[in-house]
Amino acid sequence: MNAIANLLRSIGARAIDGVWRLGFATRFLLATLSHTPSAFRRLSLTVREVYFSGVLSLTIIVVSGLFVGMVLGLQGYDTLVRFGATEALGVLVALSLVRELGPVVAALLFASRAGSAITAEIGLMKATEQLDAMDMMAIDPVARVVAPRFWGGVLSMPLLAAMFSATGILGGYLVGVVLIGVDSGQFWSQMQNSVDFRADIVNGVIKSAVFGLAVTWIAVFEGYEAPPTAEGVSRATTRTVVTSALVILALDFILTAFMFRGIG
Amino acid sequence: MKRTTIDLWVGIFVALGAAALVFLSFQVATQNTFSRNSIYTVSARFDDLGGLKVQAPVKSAGVLVGRVTGIRFVNDAFVAEVTLAIDKRYTFPTDSSAKILTSGLLGDQYVGLTPGAEVDNLADGGTIELTQGAIVLEKLIGQFLYGKAAGEGESKPQ
Repeated sequence: MNAIANLLRSIGARAIDGVWRLGFATRFLLATLSHTPSAFRRLSLTVREVYFSGVLSLTIIVVSGLFVGMVLGLQGYDTLVRFGATEALGVLVALSLVRELGPVVAALLFASRAGSAITAEIGLMKATEQLDAMDMMAIDPVARVVAPRFWGGVLSMPLLAAMFSATGILGGYLVGVVLIGVDSGQFWSQMQNSVDFRADIVNGVIKSAVFGLAVTWIAVFEGYEAPPTAEGVSRATTRTVVTSALVILALDFILTAFMFRGIG
Repeated sequence: MKRTTIDLWVGIFVALGAAALVFLSFQVATQNTFSRNSIYTVSARFDDLGGLKVQAPVKSAGVLVGRVTGIRFVNDAFVAEVTLAIDKRYTFPTDSSAKILTSGLLGDQYVGLTPGAEVDNLADGGTIELTQGAIVLEKLIGQFLYGKAAGEGESKPQ
């Protein structure tokens, strides 16, 4: 009897803890958003964060985009050649990248490259009492530290996803057209006929913006909430990557269900 | 790192991102959605749409001239009414005819416009009277089979 009560108690504690964290994270997001003007008034701070989140992620994004596109070109050709439809390779590569792989893979890479760095940085600032020191000097750490990092990440993510898709399509072109010898004109013209600006490109950008918001929100929150110990910071960094990955995939399903249900 | 270096790199980053977006918008996708004030809409009734979808192309002589913007079922006449948005640059005589065609053997379906000979042109809100619905493969096969069976039935007694 006692064991059952204990089990129920632990489930209850976890549920309350989860709801508490969600509520706290939401209030934290609102506080960050309310400091948006200060992040843009001192633009150099935000620009610095765009450098750390965006520019330093460029290499991994461009290289992975290229390879994902090249693999799509190889695999797509291998499948399409069975149906004698190799000219649809451009459509396959472009649609899978622009709609799904671009935003999702770029966001996963962004979470592990930039999100973890943001969490570790803020967590360490907290552990070494830099945030408290700022508070003592009447500088709001949310305005000075969190808001620029948040906006730097949110602004970088759609650009990174677009670059991922673009290099991926070039990678698909490289393998499909240059290496295997699919007709270049058909590759591009079929792609242009099937990819719609509003339905595919804009929706892809919206997806990546949503993912960018989710990842940076999780990253700054985990960093700000990290227990001020070495172990706490390391745990928070791990949690940022894991939670971000799960949230990205779940959000992707929801967004896809709304965006590409198809008409008629 | 110096402030100017960071600014430079962020500038390059944003420029590359913008270039990627432009590449996606113009090289990968085409701006084939017509803007609202450069089109006129006409409607056409078909007895069978086959697999025609909203946003399907409207072509005349193989050239894209518009898009299908709406499909509804007219219960009074038991036919399908299709709304076509046609680019204002192209005008068609009032007795033009519309057919539902298929691009290739297994391709998507589209509306083909064949111009008529009238002097007046179709206006906004007009109707295309002469239509031919989609040719459904099952119907064709059915007709062929029945025709064959009927033909054999007649030839037996002789």
